[in-house]
Amino acid sequence: MSMSHAQTLEGYNFAYLDEQTKRMIRRAILKAIAVPGYQVPFGSREMPLPYGWGTGGIQVTAGVIGQADTLKVIDQGADDTTNAVSIRHFFARTTGVKTTERTEEATIIQTRHRIPERSLSEGQVLVYQVPIPEPLRWLEPRETETRKMHALAEYGVMHVKLYEDIARFGRIATSYAYPVMVNGRYLMSPSPIPKFDNPKMDNMPALQLFGAGREKRIYAIPPYTKVESLDFEDHPFEVQKWDDCCALCGAQDSYLDEVITDDVGGRMFVCSDTDYCEDRRAQGHFGPLGQAAE
Amino acid sequence: MYVAVKGGEKAIRNAHRLLAEVRRGDLGVPELSVAQIKEQMSLAVDRVMTEGSLYDRDLAALAIKQARGDLVEAIFLLRAFRTTLARFAISSPIDTSKMKAQRRISATFKDLPGGQVLGPTFDYTHRLLDFALMAEGKVPEAEKADAVDAAMPRVTDMLNNEGLIEREIADDEAVVADLTREPLDFPAERNLRLQNLARGDEGFLLAMGYSTQRGYGNSHPFAGEIRMGEVEVEIVPEELGFAISIGDIFVTECEMVNQFKGSATEAPKFTRGYGLAFGEAERKAMAMALVDRAMRARELGEEVKAPAQDEEFVLYHSDNVEASGFVQHLKLPHYVDFQGDLEMVRNLRAEQKQAELKMAGE
Repeated sequence: MSMSHAQTLEGYNFAYLDEQTKRMIRRAILKAIAVPGYQVPFGSREMPLPYGWGTGGIQVTAGVIGQADTLKVIDQGADDTTNAVSIRHFFARTTGVKTTERTEEATIIQTRHRIPERSLSEGQVLVYQVPIPEPLRWLEPRETETRKMHALAEYGVMHVKLYEDIARFGRIATSYAYPVMVNGRYLMSPSPIPKFDNPKMDNMPALQLFGAGREKRIYAIPPYTKVESLDFEDHPFEVQKWDDCCALCGAQDSYLDEVITDDVGGRMFVCSDTDYCEDRRAQGHFGPLGQAAE
Repeated sequence: MYVAVKGGEKAIRNAHRLLAEVRRGDLGVPELSVAQIKEQMSLAVDRVMTEGSLYDRDLAALAIKQARGDLVEAIFLLRAFRTTLARFAISSPIDTSKMKAQRRISATFKDLPGGQVLGPTFDYTHRLLDFALMAEGKVPEAEKADAVDAAMPRVTDMLNNEGLIEREIADDEAVVADLTREPLDFPAERNLRLQNLARGDEGFLLAMGYSTQRGYGNSHPFAGEIRMGEVEVEIVPEELGFAISIGDIFVTECEMVNQFKGSATEAPKFTRGYGLAFGEAERKAMAMALVDRAMRARELGEEVKAPAQDEEFVLYHSDNVEASGFVQHLKLPHYVDFQGDLEMVRNLRAEQKQAELKMAGE
């Protein structure tokens, strides 16, 4: 279900930013692709959406989007969450490009907190919105220090943190924004995606771009790049598992959101990726509470 | 039966319509005009221009109207608009010693060339609610001295002539950093720090400046001089090669005279802190001057131990558009991450319970 938007906002350049600014952003992106996982500082601009609401992703998308693109925007995996709606609407108004909710149709997918369940393919660009680009920030608040640590690849402190988790809880107690090593060199924050999505980043055929507007950083993972989640030999990396399946489509392999149905402990689980869920229902799959989509 | 929550688009549209309605308020009360805000809420306009980094009284007044009087929201509106503006020139430094001052006071000298001029100040008013303002009425005309034409040399310049204060060497050719185009980088030089402070949140700077007065990085400040008034803005177009005036702006400047320092080889001297803001913004300019001085600790060889002296801390957290956005983004959905933590905590609790049962069984 593609939507085309003839009406664009008058008085503003294509994708809001002026061409010089977009060029500056593209230069930062190229540098980021050349040094996978390295955080490139860039002259982030004030956007008409608030910092913390995706301004980095919006600027990256604005930098790479062209008239022939088809844009999908998701938040928490869903196309219909309010902020995803707002950002999609922003690009529809400022570019007039086609938008879609279908993962396979999109050339650019801007996301907050999820990677779509369906595998992405060559030629697609996944743009992540990043609140805190620095994976070491909770361990060292100073940017001057963390930049030095990256320069020296001095990441022992992160391993110590993970080890302390194991000592305290018997397992690594990080469930999202789980740190990854990119191309064997840079420690990188995958943005607050659940660790469930981390394996999808490894060797992904699509280009992955990360934009942090408030923190003024862009980083990237080029297609087919090695991305490893940190772990220990005796405590290998694991992803979340549910005892339940999606109540609507019956999927057992997708990330599930919990929905509280009453105030006495009733709950159900549904796919966080709405396109994946609808697609499955269209193919005739359904879960305990679902029915095939019309 | 659960139905996936659709209709975000419609909900947003309706919320915005409701906002417009609430903004207008009671239709029985006349609508506020942008001109009224510009004239009668002028200090709000000044703050929005300063922190919005755009000198335009009309747009600032419009932003205040659109933001229902929420100044941080208005600042955000102005900043977002500013992004779209082309930069056609960089002005020459303004010369505040040539200011047409409406107010000029010094706390360090009883009298000085050019005199002390109070101007329109809240100082020395008794803060009693004036119920007469509830009824609209005419304001009696104020008695004003003739505009001060006499030369008004800066207090710091006079101290400088005697060698009593650290010398500041003007370099109009030096490249000035611009954090609206380049991200913050550390160590941050003073010009960059001052730009950050000029755009910084007044409340934040006020608290940081205040903290220096309470012992967190004390620098023994004196308000050497505060002046406000109009200054000319000039640019030098390349094709002309000489300066032309593009208009006047109203600014408030504060020069703090701070604790002296000296050594065996250097005679003791006072040091400086500087604040500048658009419009009438004395509190902002004074707080900025205090924080500027505190952040000079590194260059003046003082120990950096208080928050106000810590440039990474101050410069990264001074911007209210950044701060407001990031604090408020917490209301965006986080259920994917929360689900991750929920699963983790449930598992940890189950494991603990099992371990307890096992212990009890043994």
